[in-house]
Amino acid sequence: MNLTLKIWRQPNSETKGKIETYKIDDVSPDMSFLEMMDVLNEQLMSQGIDPVAFDHDCREGICGMCSMFINGEAHGPDRLVTTCQLHMRKFKDGDTITIEPFRAKAFPVIKDLAVDRSAFDRIQQAGGFVSVNTSGNTQDANAIPIDKHDADKAFDAATCIGCGACVATCKNASAMLFVSAKVSQYALLPQGKVEAADRVLNMVNQMDEEGFGNCTNTGACEVECPKGISLENIARMNREYLFASLKG
Amino acid sequence: MSLTASSIGRKVAMALSGIFLVLFLTQHFSINLLSVFSESLFNQVSHFMGNNPIVQFILQPILIFGVLFHFVMGFVLELQNSKSRSTRYSVYKGKNNASWMSRNMIISGIVILSFLGLHFYDFWVPEMDYKYIKILPLDPDRYFDELVHKFVSPVRVGIYVLSFIFLSLHLLHGFASSFQTVGVNNKYTKIIKKFATGFSVVVPLGFVLIALFHHLK
Repeated sequence: MNLTLKIWRQPNSETKGKIETYKIDDVSPDMSFLEMMDVLNEQLMSQGIDPVAFDHDCREGICGMCSMFINGEAHGPDRLVTTCQLHMRKFKDGDTITIEPFRAKAFPVIKDLAVDRSAFDRIQQAGGFVSVNTSGNTQDANAIPIDKHDADKAFDAATCIGCGACVATCKNASAMLFVSAKVSQYALLPQGKVEAADRVLNMVNQMDEEGFGNCTNTGACEVECPKGISLENIARMNREYLFASLKG
Repeated sequence: MSLTASSIGRKVAMALSGIFLVLFLTQHFSINLLSVFSESLFNQVSHFMGNNPIVQFILQPILIFGVLFHFVMGFVLELQNSKSRSTRYSVYKGKNNASWMSRNMIISGIVILSFLGLHFYDFWVPEMDYKYIKILPLDPDRYFDELVHKFVSPVRVGIYVLSFIFLSLHLLHGFASSFQTVGVNNKYTKIIKKFATGFSVVVPLGFVLIALFHHLK
């Protein structure tokens, strides 16, 4: 496959970026998107051009590091996959592919396609945990009976890898799907219920302070989420937040 | 951060004011529908609504507040949302993952706001002038004629029809969305969405048919 790539190049967070166009030939349809980017970078380096910076780690769709906005969609045209699991067979020979970083005020560009998603870390640190005593006499989690329905929903919420596709794809750059998944995975389980009120208040407060937009329920986040996190989590978080706020 | 200052609090306020306006719309539609079946009944109900002190001095101010709140909050949220992404994408395929209605609530909202301006000019301002400025004598039979008079002009009927198409588009996303915002996403969601979709089509269409009925009669 021969492709034309239009890629956002930005030397650093202080400098203005722009789209640069590169040609790449002999791309195998079996390559992953990131492998194609590796080939491009080798080509650029051989030409003395600075390679394109992009985030990646596991390349197995589980770490949440890869973060490209490909042809107008977070993680590209495929569904329920991250960029590393997107394959070049999804494109056609002669295609022009536009690649941009995940854009949000709360996700400033570090360089090229790499963005700073530490806002998610700060939200998580604000309450996305259970303060369980693990000093040696901790009760076995399986000793607490949990409704299978709730356990499944908590697990589904916990599959969120925090990649930020929800923010990137939302027209308002809202982080509600991410935060609601983190709130839900604990709120549904007895271990998490103890601190549920403080958790949701603190996490939403941090989310607002980071400068994410407001959710308008377009549902784009759910469609583009590589893990299929449901909008049901947002409704649950709204309920949790309302009850926690009114309780005081 | 207080509930009212938080993003969720503002969204919930937006949703509740929207549900309130849907209730008002239902009531308004019911009264308009009477005009098709009975001139005298329409006049009676309109006269009651226009002169009952509870409706006039308690419900009407609440309604005006609800309308203003919904619009002002809509613009505030839109402004905040536009600030949350300083650099736009050069390619953004919003239609691949969200409906036009959900992505363009501000556009449908502005059309509805413009229509409300015309509607106030047509009905509310003359009504206030009649009752509280000129203080003309009560006439319980004037309402039907006033209504029919407004639907004589084809241009005005055209604007009316266009506005209600946008109202339908606004409701098609907003009505069901307000339940999600207040935390209702459960086994009843499918029924809520079906009802909301039906309401969003039937009620605006009903308003349009009533206008066309009087225009063509």
